[in-house]
Amino acid sequence: MPRNTTRHTLAAVSVISLALLATGCSGGAPGTGTESSAAAKAFTVWDPYPQHTEGSDWAKRISACGDKAGVKIERTAYDTQALTNQALLAAQEGTAADVILLDNPAVSTLADTGALIDMESVGLDTSAIEPNLLAPGVLDGKTYGIPLGANTLALYYNADVLAKAGVDPASITDWASFQTALTKVKDAGSKAITFSAIGTEEGSFQFLPFFWGSGADLKDLDSPAAVEALELWTNWVKTGIAPNSVISNSQNTTWEEFLTGDFGFAVNGTWQVNAAAKAPFKSGYIPIPAKSGGVAPAPTGGEFLLMPVQKDESRYDTSKKIIECMSTNEGQVETANTFAYYIPATSDGQGLLLKQHPELKVWVDAVNKAKGRTSDNLGTNYPIISEQLWTAVQNSLSGAASPADALKAAQKAASEKTSK
Amino acid sequence: MTTTPAPVRTRAGDRAAPAAPPLRPRRRPNDTSQWIAWAFVTPLMIYLVLFYAFPLYRNIELSLHDYTPRAFVRGNAEFVGFQNYADIFGSSSFAKAATNTALFTIGSIAFQYAAGLALAVFFRANFKLSAVLRGLFLIPWLLPMIVSASAWAWMFNSDNGIINAALRVVGLDPVNWLTSPDVALTSVIIANIWLGIPFNLVILYSGLQNIPADYYEAASLDGANAWQQFWRLTFPLLKPVSAITLLLGLIYTLKVVDLIWIMTAGGPGDTSTTFATWSYREAFGAGNPDFSPAAAVGNLLIVVALAFGLIYLQMQRKLEKQ
Repeated sequence: MPRNTTRHTLAAVSVISLALLATGCSGGAPGTGTESSAAAKAFTVWDPYPQHTEGSDWAKRISACGDKAGVKIERTAYDTQALTNQALLAAQEGTAADVILLDNPAVSTLADTGALIDMESVGLDTSAIEPNLLAPGVLDGKTYGIPLGANTLALYYNADVLAKAGVDPASITDWASFQTALTKVKDAGSKAITFSAIGTEEGSFQFLPFFWGSGADLKDLDSPAAVEALELWTNWVKTGIAPNSVISNSQNTTWEEFLTGDFGFAVNGTWQVNAAAKAPFKSGYIPIPAKSGGVAPAPTGGEFLLMPVQKDESRYDTSKKIIECMSTNEGQVETANTFAYYIPATSDGQGLLLKQHPELKVWVDAVNKAKGRTSDNLGTNYPIISEQLWTAVQNSLSGAASPADALKAAQKAASEKTSK
Repeated sequence: MTTTPAPVRTRAGDRAAPAAPPLRPRRRPNDTSQWIAWAFVTPLMIYLVLFYAFPLYRNIELSLHDYTPRAFVRGNAEFVGFQNYADIFGSSSFAKAATNTALFTIGSIAFQYAAGLALAVFFRANFKLSAVLRGLFLIPWLLPMIVSASAWAWMFNSDNGIINAALRVVGLDPVNWLTSPDVALTSVIIANIWLGIPFNLVILYSGLQNIPADYYEAASLDGANAWQQFWRLTFPLLKPVSAITLLLGLIYTLKVVDLIWIMTAGGPGDTSTTFATWSYREAFGAGNPDFSPAAAVGNLLIVVALAFGLIYLQMQRKLEKQ
């Protein structure tokens, strides 16, 4: 009897530890890959839209594309930055989703790891897509993704505030006329402009229309044109044209500030069109002016549809169908209507959208003049340069360094890091 | 339940056969108990290896290779020895991050400890509502970090924050709490002190409960006033508890990322960057994940924490000898 009890205990303990070991091991290497191939029919899609919960129009649209392709889709939503990390980790483990919607400046970094299938090899046609909008998905001549649509930045204005200050938005055509308008708004007792200069990618994203609009190049962060652009922003903060809080404002916070009705202008994106229409004041939008006139190139925003490499190559056919369903002209217009984040990336799609919503013309024009952040052959170097750029903006706006010194330090750090 | 009758029967068996050689039956339980001991230790060992030893090994491995995103996915990172550490020490951010880490840690725990101790002594005198008040002081501990850090960020907002609004009412100039390079670090330290007071209060208060009331009685009979009682009795008797409070506080504070990240993201520029946020920024904060330098900074933090742990052990040994 006693020996039996001990034996039982022993057996139980070793079974438990074996079980622990087993679960521990599979915990170390996530089993999503084996699970999904075992369940054969379930296809996985990752996107960066956690705000669209299950049952939202967007979730329904994805599952409808699954139904069309004859499979059930399991969708998981991540925060934008978290999704980039998740995609890298999954690529390492070989457990990536069948389709990922990834923020466009991260596409070339992921493509460079070899974790993505190029669109030509699975027979997805990208020729109809506007080259400037497709550019972030192109690396070394191959296309690794299809834009779900595109968005960009423009200047929203509060018509009531502008009327009170006697400013006509149509008069803003270059930096000089813009400065005059801002000063008038400020002198009329309102806050002139708000934007986001936060120390993240959003800060660089918002600064780029001014940086490029001044004629500067991301390969040369401390050029006189670049310094001039940073001086423009720095002086706005120094003279009280822009509030000091822009240094820590995300684009969302900026928008909330604008919605208070106290501000004349706000730099923000296509995705706020619906919110602007619902604002308690009359609002409108104009393109961001370039320094010496015309429209400044704004950076393209938006997600790309990607196909990560899978062990089971037979899955590609279905993934391709899902991507096609979401990226046809009609599909792009539907996406644009589902959430006003996007302008279609093909001129036919844009034509279709304008027929339904002629008021979006400013945005269609802005998107067509927009520039990919990873363009100019920057590719995987863009994220490194961008980090230095937003750091320089932060240092200059907060007064830690002069615009010229901040950009000089940024250029030095960027060239050290990119030459590695 | 099943094991209780077992020893009785063994003893009965021993009594029934006194002539049997005593070695065998005695050794067997010893053997099995050895086995049982191992069986009980094994799950713990497996747990420790999987969740402590392996991540630590992986972190060291990451820091000795050059893991670009490409190498990370393909698993063919180049071995670079201590190059990442050399880069970290040579980086323009190093001096700033080191100073900030020291200021953040020392500033936080000094004020947390002082405030926690003062409150603990205050609450030692039981008065009406003291339990309720003590409970209220725990609130910072109960709130999720994202809530308290965001609340502080809003209060510190340059244009719409309540703190600047209060300053304006009193007629003072508003301060750019989170966006001025000179003030940002102080602001995150203030928020962190507020967060750390409950922890210090709870531990020091329980330490105070262990000091016998007779001592204070004797002291007051000898004519010691409250101030003398604190410095001659409370403070020296609380030394062991204070030491562990400070050590734990130090380790918690060294590794703070979330609070700083939510409030300033280490900015403006790198004026509120500590080692912990620097490591986070390298790995996850920018578009280009740099796991190797991030791991190197992380290991540096582990070494610092370990050094203070050893100092603590040394101190404890000295106290025990006394």
